[in-house]
Amino acid sequence: MAFVELTGVSLTYRLGKDSTLALADATLAIDKDEFIAVVGPSGCGKSTIMKLVTGLLPASGGEVRVDGKKVTGPIKGVGMAFQNPTLMPWRTTMDNILLPMEVVEPHKRRFRSRRAEYVERAMKLLRTVGLADFADKFPWQLSGGMQQRSNLCRALIHEPELLMLDEPFGALDAFTREELWGVMQALWMEKRFTGVLVTHDLREATYLADTVYVMSRRPGRIVLSKKIDIPRPRTLATTFEPHFVDLVHELRDRIHQEHA
Amino acid sequence: MTEMQREVLKIAMPWLFMAVFLVVWEIACVACQIPEIILPRPSRVFEVFVQRFDILLRFCWDTLWTTLIGFLIAIAGGLLLGLAIGASPFVYSGLYPLLIAFNAIPKVAIVPILMIWVGVGALPAVITAFVISFFPIVVNVATGLATIEPEMRDVLRSLGATRTEILTKVGIPRAMPYLFASLKVAITLAFIGSVISETVGGNRGVGFLMLSASARNDAPTTFAGLFAIAIMGVAMYAVCALVEKRMTRWAFRGEIVT
Repeated sequence: MAFVELTGVSLTYRLGKDSTLALADATLAIDKDEFIAVVGPSGCGKSTIMKLVTGLLPASGGEVRVDGKKVTGPIKGVGMAFQNPTLMPWRTTMDNILLPMEVVEPHKRRFRSRRAEYVERAMKLLRTVGLADFADKFPWQLSGGMQQRSNLCRALIHEPELLMLDEPFGALDAFTREELWGVMQALWMEKRFTGVLVTHDLREATYLADTVYVMSRRPGRIVLSKKIDIPRPRTLATTFEPHFVDLVHELRDRIHQEHA
Repeated sequence: MTEMQREVLKIAMPWLFMAVFLVVWEIACVACQIPEIILPRPSRVFEVFVQRFDILLRFCWDTLWTTLIGFLIAIAGGLLLGLAIGASPFVYSGLYPLLIAFNAIPKVAIVPILMIWVGVGALPAVITAFVISFFPIVVNVATGLATIEPEMRDVLRSLGATRTEILTKVGIPRAMPYLFASLKVAITLAFIGSVISETVGGNRGVGFLMLSASARNDAPTTFAGLFAIAIMGVAMYAVCALVEKRMTRWAFRGEIVT
């Protein structure tokens, strides 16, 4: 059975008398430990899907199920990373990464007694993303790319079953972005979680995902679901292979139809 | 100009400006032959300041501690109410108009009422200092809370954080720079409050000293009182500014603190 299931989900934003249909009839199923990407023209409701899956927004119609349970409110313990790193400037990088441990059960209860263990876990993550020397620095002493790495660590420290990424690499320069794809892939291969990546970068989606979903223009609906049959680990060299390029082209063509 | 000279000049500037101000005042008084009863020369004020230092000190001390007690209560109350207003839209919409209405009332008007309620003495001064310095603290703390980034909130909510946890983990730390910024404004207002109370009807404090001195046409003593208030105000402002830098280093991105 699928881990995340959306059946005919729609969402209408209401602001006074105006109402906008942001998402119409979204149906998709994500298997456990599958990494999917959602791409589409801007304003098509990609981020809305994320908020619906995590229960931050209630669906106007249809049904969202995570792990077999119907989502009615914010589901707990999800890892989240946005384009804006949203680190707390008053905490050091280490303390920022430990934040989920202070909030998510069962870590919350034993945070004090097992702090050393958690710090070690955070250090291990920091080493994976190459930030081991920056644990005691404040976020505003880090570059944008470093902040985004810390953000990923924070999203993953409590080993969530579900990781939601909303254009996490969108604000970074091309080199840092491609480097972080590799970091993300390594983290996924090691920890294995269900991942949802919202992005407008088709190469990024193809690099990271098992399945890429293409959404139509607003009101968004899913118009294409493409399995990416490229074995992992994928590298930057992979992105120049004909098959990879073909996949990206296919996705791009489908999105161009939306703009026509 | 070397870096060193620049630094020295920066520190000397406030004193230099003050000296110029006093010298101009002195010269203007002498040149225009302004009677002492209207505007005493600064040198004369200084003379009285030294002569009556023990009396001034005693009256200043009264004003200082009433101000500080009122100010501390304002911090506690302002913080609590600010958190309540910032955290709940209902409390916000309900209380905010009331607060603004209350803030618009001239505080001089409430001193006589306070006297009826609690009599003369230190208490009216404490209450007036509290009432007048309370508002900026509430508004700033509430602003700090209300401007939490929605994404930050989403991250915490999707982790399963309760409202209380969002408040303690993000809200309160985020409101701190706003709180400390408001303290600088609030402390000077608190002095205004306690001195108003002492002036309108009191038997103690610098306000009372100035009132009785001007009743005797003793302008230099009145001005000595004014100077004393100004000195206390600047000193307490400096303390607040120092605390601000110490407590919210992150808000200055570590730049200002050396």
